[in-house]
Amino acid sequence: MTDPTRLDGDPGEGILSSLEHMDAGERAEHDAAVASSVAPTRVSTVAQGETLLAVDGLTVRFGGLTALDDVSFDVKRGEILGLIGPNGAGKTTCFNIMTGVYRPTSGDILLEGRSLSRMKRYRIIQEGVARTFQNIRLFGAMTALENVVVGTDARHRTSVPGALLRLPRHHREEKEGVEKAMALLEFVGIADRAADKATALPYGYQRRLEIARALATEPKLLCLDEPAAGFSATEKDALSELILKIRDDGYTVVIVEHDMRVVLGVTDRLVVLDFGRKIADGHPDEVRRDPAVISAYLGGAIDEATPAVAEGDA
Amino acid sequence: MRERMHTVSHWWNAQSRPVQWAYMVPVVIFILALPVINPPIITTEPYTDFPISLFNAAVFALIAIGLNVVIGQAGLLDLGYVGFFAIGAYTAALLSSPDSELGVRYPWLVIVPIAMLVTMLSGVILGTPTLRLRGDYLAIVTLGFGEIVRLLADNVDPLRGNRGFQNIARPGGDFPDGTPIFSQTDALGFYWLAVIIIVIVLLFMGNLERSRVGRAWIAVREDEDAAELSGVPTYRFKIWAFAIGAAVGGLSGTLFAAQVGYVNNQRFDITTSTLYLAAVVLGGQGNKVGVIVGAFLVSYIPDRFQFEPTYRFLIFGVALIILMIFRPQGLLGMRQHLLAYGRQAYQKLFGAGAAVAPSGLSASSKARGDLAETTPDDHAGTSPRGGGE
Repeated sequence: MTDPTRLDGDPGEGILSSLEHMDAGERAEHDAAVASSVAPTRVSTVAQGETLLAVDGLTVRFGGLTALDDVSFDVKRGEILGLIGPNGAGKTTCFNIMTGVYRPTSGDILLEGRSLSRMKRYRIIQEGVARTFQNIRLFGAMTALENVVVGTDARHRTSVPGALLRLPRHHREEKEGVEKAMALLEFVGIADRAADKATALPYGYQRRLEIARALATEPKLLCLDEPAAGFSATEKDALSELILKIRDDGYTVVIVEHDMRVVLGVTDRLVVLDFGRKIADGHPDEVRRDPAVISAYLGGAIDEATPAVAEGDA
Repeated sequence: MRERMHTVSHWWNAQSRPVQWAYMVPVVIFILALPVINPPIITTEPYTDFPISLFNAAVFALIAIGLNVVIGQAGLLDLGYVGFFAIGAYTAALLSSPDSELGVRYPWLVIVPIAMLVTMLSGVILGTPTLRLRGDYLAIVTLGFGEIVRLLADNVDPLRGNRGFQNIARPGGDFPDGTPIFSQTDALGFYWLAVIIIVIVLLFMGNLERSRVGRAWIAVREDEDAAELSGVPTYRFKIWAFAIGAAVGGLSGTLFAAQVGYVNNQRFDITTSTLYLAAVVLGGQGNKVGVIVGAFLVSYIPDRFQFEPTYRFLIFGVALIILMIFRPQGLLGMRQHLLAYGRQAYQKLFGAGAAVAPSGLSASSKARGDLAETTPDDHAGTSPRGGGE
């Protein structure tokens, strides 16, 4: 079958109506077609399994408060790295540095060897670090599809003259953007609400839409900030499945998450922060037996994650 | 009734953009014919010449379209927009009036692109330092800009303050009977010109809206940080919004100066800026048709009620307040189409039968009504700004 996301097919046959009439084989083929049109197209200078992002001696101070204290870790290309720790450990601060929201007091962040810490925020996204937000931040008055197309625009170059005169590049980018955005909406499983305003979507759909918008920028590294917050157990499982699907499609993922079921279910490696310092770094099975981690969770603030760690051990 | 409107809006949204424009042709023709028809109840005569009243409204509408880019789309509160209108008018004056020290008399058609470039540049100059500010701070700075322009007109000697500039260039051409098409006394030609300019500007604005540029503006309006962290170069596109808004403001300034033939420092005060803002808010921020309707009303109502000179601004004010209480989103709500291939994409997803109205179903449920309302608004009445000269 042809690529289902192309615009130049028969418009009478919508993706959704055609999905209903597919048998399992056709469905798998269809999903593969969607996944391949969503897969990253950018060439990375780093081989699979090598260091994609290096966090190097990162220190951040807000006045007297040291939010991050000499934190170093690597993210390898193709892995899902979990960044965990009790509340206030500095996880989101770390994300904010990685995406240029804050500047580090000292230390550096290197993506494929290039420093991000002096770059403008939108340049960092164009370089290849995209993120979602702990508290969902969509463009409320836009449709779901339009939200995702904004993400694809990060890779586009049309500006006012091109759009005003509708030059060929504008047409090419518009078409490419919409096709990619449609594929992404289907990839994250919300294509049926593409035409709805973002604010009108159910909570779970909004979270998925944020992921689609971030993926639309064709990131080399995708940062998910508590993507499972407020989800039911079923939704968490579906989300874990999606995160694994994103990795399998060729993306590298860093995830900040409190829910241990999600964290242990998807991550290949964990970095644990406590009071702004890194206290552990390794395979999830090792990390959760680490005495320093256990004491940070049990001895520190009472955290929702605590019982989950114990349960995981049982 | 509501359901019928909904059906109509679905039908309208299912049409392709060229087809929609084709349907607009008779509407535009009607708008153009309005001053000739001079319909009894609608006319502003005998108090104000109807074509002049309509011309002023059309200039007002053009201003509102430009300001809508800045306020409605990019969400930047600009309280000094009259400054750009003034720069456009003064550029026309300096380049063509015999009173000008430049000593040149360029034809109007040459002046228009120059004036648009000059205002665009002034938009960039204003925006470069100030667009790092947000919200209230930006509003204050733009307010200051409007005042600076006015005070320059008052105090800089070559700008002639209150004495002003006479005999500003107007476009040429004669009617078959030998009378000039564009004259100070008969605004018919100027009105037609204004409507045609509005149509062209709307076409270009539509192009911008359905592109990366329009999406960037709306993204900035909705959540500037999230926009930047989604890869939108927010600062650059905010400056573009200022520059384009300014260029349209400058264009309307030259049009106005040409019709009146005279510019001095008396029409560029803060009240005028406020009325521009009122037109945009009243009609519906982020809705091009809406702001045209808003501009028409703001300009036309005081003209229409001129037989009641004592209370006409009271009537105007009360009407504004009532409207804002019952329609805080403006007459026509926000409405935008941000994808050049949006229609095809939604149809692909939901089947050909689905006429999808993205972004703002409530507003688009009036699609057909919009057109009817557009009609009067394009040839709206006189502005309270200068009255009908």
